[in-house]
Amino acid sequence: MSKFLKSAAVAVAITLIAAPAFAGKFGLGRAALPAEIAAWDGDISPDGTGLPVGSGDALIGEEIFADQCAACHGDFAEGIGNWPKLAGGADTLNYDDPLKTVGSYWPHLTTAFDYIKRSMPYGNAGSLSDDEVYAIVAYILYSNDLVEDDFVLSNETFFDVEMPNAGGFIIDDRAETEYALWTGEPCMVNCKDEVVVTMRALVLDVTPDQDEAAEEEVTESTEAKVEALAADVIDAELAAAGAKVFKKCKSCHQIGDSAKNRTGPILTGIVNGTAGAVDGFRYSKPLKAAADGGLVWTKAELGAFLAKPRAYLKGTKMSFSGLKKEADQLAIIEYLRSFEK
Amino acid sequence: MSDNENDPVRSRRAFLSGAVAAGAGVLTTSAAAAQTADPLITEIQPWAQGFGDGVDAVRYGLPSEHEGDVIRRNVEWLTADTVSSINFTPIHALDGTITPQGCAFERHHSGAIDLKKDDYRLMIHGLVDNPLVFSYADLERFPRENHVYFCECAANTGMEWAGAQLNGAQFTHGMIHNMEYTGVPLRTLLEEAGFDTSGDLKDKWVYVEGADASSNGRSIPMEKALDDVLVTFKANGEALRKEHGYPVRLVVPGWEGNLWIKWIRRIEVMDGPVESREETSKYTDTLEDGTSRKWTWAMDAKSVVTSPSPQAPIKHGTGPLVITGLAWSGRGAISRVDVSKDGGKTWETARLAKPGEKMALTRFYLDTNWDGSEMMLQSRAMDDTGYVQPTKTQLREVRGLNSIYHNNCIQTWLVRSNGEAENVEVS
Repeated sequence: MSKFLKSAAVAVAITLIAAPAFAGKFGLGRAALPAEIAAWDGDISPDGTGLPVGSGDALIGEEIFADQCAACHGDFAEGIGNWPKLAGGADTLNYDDPLKTVGSYWPHLTTAFDYIKRSMPYGNAGSLSDDEVYAIVAYILYSNDLVEDDFVLSNETFFDVEMPNAGGFIIDDRAETEYALWTGEPCMVNCKDEVVVTMRALVLDVTPDQDEAAEEEVTESTEAKVEALAADVIDAELAAAGAKVFKKCKSCHQIGDSAKNRTGPILTGIVNGTAGAVDGFRYSKPLKAAADGGLVWTKAELGAFLAKPRAYLKGTKMSFSGLKKEADQLAIIEYLRSFEK
Repeated sequence: MSDNENDPVRSRRAFLSGAVAAGAGVLTTSAAAAQTADPLITEIQPWAQGFGDGVDAVRYGLPSEHEGDVIRRNVEWLTADTVSSINFTPIHALDGTITPQGCAFERHHSGAIDLKKDDYRLMIHGLVDNPLVFSYADLERFPRENHVYFCECAANTGMEWAGAQLNGAQFTHGMIHNMEYTGVPLRTLLEEAGFDTSGDLKDKWVYVEGADASSNGRSIPMEKALDDVLVTFKANGEALRKEHGYPVRLVVPGWEGNLWIKWIRRIEVMDGPVESREETSKYTDTLEDGTSRKWTWAMDAKSVVTSPSPQAPIKHGTGPLVITGLAWSGRGAISRVDVSKDGGKTWETARLAKPGEKMALTRFYLDTNWDGSEMMLQSRAMDDTGYVQPTKTQLREVRGLNSIYHNNCIQTWLVRSNGEAENVEVS
């Protein structure tokens, strides 16, 4: 067919479908065909509307998960680096930095099916069959200790699973709990007796490097700290190198006077300190066990842990893959050592 | 950027900064006498002698090359991968209220996709009489409207819950932009599909999703859907940018940015919310006791001083100083902004550049005379509901530290006597 004919044919087709069967006010658009609606309408409601017929169990799911999901979410759905953790975190929601996973947080299991089916695996969305999605969801449940490994998840058994945090949500209540408190003529003079700075972002140094002023400031304060500790024979140069390596750790760990527990515990005074001793941090079971066994973070122990955290302590919550270079390990330990309790 | 040492602008900069270093006092007094004649005035400059660029040298213009630092920036440690990530508008370097599209923050869940107008389809189905498919061209044939609205990510300032973290207004408050949108009311499209907007709308919702792999599906109650939600295709007069949903995005005025579905492809009228990933596992706000608020859609009143701020220090010494910033409310129009220089002990009411507009950014100014003493700069917004922007302490008393989203606290910049500023928390 010539190009002209082809485009003429398309034009005719468009003209024909442009006239809707049931004209609205403007008569624009065309009727959506059942096959088209079926192709896009994949959402699954909390009551199960939309769940397809199918099934799968955790044993099958484990294999698919290892192939399709573990690169980001970890073999045990524990999450790698900054990628989402899908398992764990039970009873952490009222702690600092709660661990929100499918098991600990998600109120509806339908959400997991809905999301995985349409948007996962990352980079190859929509490629999983319904049975594969059932199996993966079963494996995630198993990883959260919510079902046994032989539990068969299907559209029939879907609501046999109880989601631990199903009752954990309330509808936005700001109108009642906040707006009444924070409305009206505000104070203009003598609103406080004194004002002191209680925390400085510069101490954390997590701002991207574009801000030159911030960089200089932090270098100064790091140097000052290193100098102050020189009496304790801290190798200042090595500690400064360690400060750079520590950037890898900062998203999870804080150190220094105003440090708080984040994804990982405060590291102030960690070198030669007793393991598992930071107040208010929920350690993994293996770490607790090691601490109970008397583990002290000597330079040697810390070096071994940092080299390959998951090999050193199987089941550790620390998802960091490790510091391969011995120079980096030594530098970071020197840096950590420069922060005493 | 030119690295030619004779670049006139660079020379001029060097001159100015040299002068500041040589005698800071000279430039700080407005009536200072020049010590030597300014060669920029006494000597004929190349730009005053020859030619500049002809027309068409640049067919679509970019900002001056001397503004190369006014760019979006990313905080790498926040996310695992840039295709599911966010960056920040350089609000510290902008003025007025309209955000240029080229530096307006981006938030993607599976990357900014390339979708041609010819390949664009919008389906409306579910509880409507006539499920319809619209082409892009169809959308441009409906009566359309223009509105200026801010779009703020619910996580804006979210990194600051536990304490001062990021040193710059761009990073603490830059998950926001403000544009003039052109689009068709969602109400018009729902009616076209035969949805009876005069019927019982209680418990009716729309589920909206995008054409990208994440789909980012969200549920919106029908009352809002029929009120002011727009299906838009233009921003600031031109087509949306790819990173903001080209060719069509949903605009949900005053509500969290995650609802503003980009590359919107499907609108389903339903009997209830889907409770998708984005409205359960994310965009819910955990309180101190471990329960979490859901459906916290509206963005409460908020403001920030954009200059001076850590990335925009005072470089001119003492004397006249313009303190400026932005204020906004998702529940109405900004009615007033107060500024404190002493960390909240005393407040002065700032001047609004224009009367506040509903669910749009408002620019405020405090024209002052700086004596060089240290300042703890804060701004406090009020909207026309009477709501007053709370302090971080007030927010924490109600919500604790784990909410992540909807942090609209009063921000403090410590401005030191050398003009440099840093992000701090105060008592």
